[in-house]
Amino acid sequence: MTEVAHKNCGCKSHSGEPVICFEGVSFRYGHSLIIEDADFDIYKGESVCVVGPNGGGKSTLLKLMLGLLEPEKGSVRLLGGSARKARAQVGYVPQHINFDPLFPVSALDVVLMGCLGRGSFGFRSRADLTRAMDALDKMGLVAKAKEPFASLSGGQRQAVLIARALAGEAEVLLLDEPTAHVDVAAEERLMKSLKALDANLTLITVSHDLAFVSRSVPKVVCVNRCVHVHPTAELTDARIRQLYGHDVRMVQHDHEHLDSHGGHHHG
Amino acid sequence: MEGIIMAEFLRALLDPDMGFLRNALFLGLIGSIPLGAVGTFVVARRVSYLAAAIAHSVLGGIGASLYCREVLGWAWLHPMLGALMAAVLSACLIGWVSLHSKQREDAVIGAIWVTGMAIGLLFIARTPGYVDGMAYLFGDILLVSSFDLWIAGGVGALILAILLCWHRQIVAVCFDAEFASIRGVRADWIYLLLLLLTALTVVILVSLVGVVLVIALLTLPPAIAALRARSLGGMLFAAILMNIAFVFVGLGLSFSLDLPTGPSIILLAAAVYLISNGAKCLFSR
Repeated sequence: MTEVAHKNCGCKSHSGEPVICFEGVSFRYGHSLIIEDADFDIYKGESVCVVGPNGGGKSTLLKLMLGLLEPEKGSVRLLGGSARKARAQVGYVPQHINFDPLFPVSALDVVLMGCLGRGSFGFRSRADLTRAMDALDKMGLVAKAKEPFASLSGGQRQAVLIARALAGEAEVLLLDEPTAHVDVAAEERLMKSLKALDANLTLITVSHDLAFVSRSVPKVVCVNRCVHVHPTAELTDARIRQLYGHDVRMVQHDHEHLDSHGGHHHG
Repeated sequence: MEGIIMAEFLRALLDPDMGFLRNALFLGLIGSIPLGAVGTFVVARRVSYLAAAIAHSVLGGIGASLYCREVLGWAWLHPMLGALMAAVLSACLIGWVSLHSKQREDAVIGAIWVTGMAIGLLFIARTPGYVDGMAYLFGDILLVSSFDLWIAGGVGALILAILLCWHRQIVAVCFDAEFASIRGVRADWIYLLLLLLTALTVVILVSLVGVVLVIALLTLPPAIAALRARSLGGMLFAAILMNIAFVFVGLGLSFSLDLPTGPSIILLAAAVYLISNGAKCLFSR
């Protein structure tokens, strides 16, 4: 990767403040440079996928966005402020959680955790319950609200975790490998639910699955130490080979794509 | 037979000369509520071994306070106060170690555990006059004073007030600390708070069941409740009710059969735990 990272992908013109803004960000763990001079913006309502090989820095990029890591150089701005301060407005969905299967919580209890904030004391409010049930409804899981979280399938648990992120009235939804541990049918259901979300919600998904990328998002952030932003249509075999360092076959689908404002177009 | 035993126990409770028995029962009942509540989070978060380390290190505070009372004349330093200070200190140490230390966590926690006990036993050995170390290790109902009841009531009320304010944060951190911290919850502080609550809780029943056995009342009832519970709230209330039952029946058995109180209560809880687990294995096949 010798190209210099560039601002914006040119796939869409944007107005107003970006939701996420990386300016000359570098980060290293010890002596290893993980992210080098990343420079890109993500705007309100965009649907973006972060791709790259294992160890390429995808998770580090995510943690920088959330303010869980501080850049060595450059700055990360989230919703116009510091990432650390604004991260409560980000709905984060981890790839998996190391939860204890004997921990007695229902799906609704888990979603209610998304309503928590620094100033939440005492018992949950009626408004919290309404928000949690709305979030479960968006993911099609109202019927499972009282079910123990541990008894749900992998796809349902992932959907509950997305509902937990939505319950916090997030402006940005950050999904780390949402389809990594689910079967094809559950993946389809998840995709359908995600597509139906509010058009103003900014959706950032980390994925290994290039087929998922090709049919899900119009804009791709390629990470392998350097960060490059492309429209999905420009994600050619040559670019992928350059990103992953070996041949990866990209399968194009004729499914609908999400445009950057939540609408649909064909790929 | 059981009816006769319990009738004898109830008669003794009404006897004006049996104030120590009433004190022991009241202490057990007061302690059952915070023990069941905090124990639920300890079991759910799987930090029973940290709670055991805190409970054992409490002996250091008890020994030091007995020594200071006799040798330095600090009559105000009741063993319960010494236990309270030692428990809070060891909870802070263990919390810091488990959150920040680069050493092997289990080894450091083991070191805190045995150091607290060793300090306590050395102080007891150097305290003039006869001090029964076994009474503090395994409990003695004759140790329960009305001062213990006041401390237990105050500490228990403080624990419940803290739980009412922060229970949602504690549940969120126990379930998924990373997400809770992204939501703005201070996960490290909440974890430390849980350890401090554990420290305060174990002190309440130290004089009744001793530093070695108190951990059983903290963990066994929630573990039994967890076998059937569908919610953390249900587990918590079931654990409190079981604690009350174990204290009442165990105290009755120990009085009527002339057995040591701490072991009687704990063996009763352990028997119910084993039977419940056995029944679950049998019926879930």
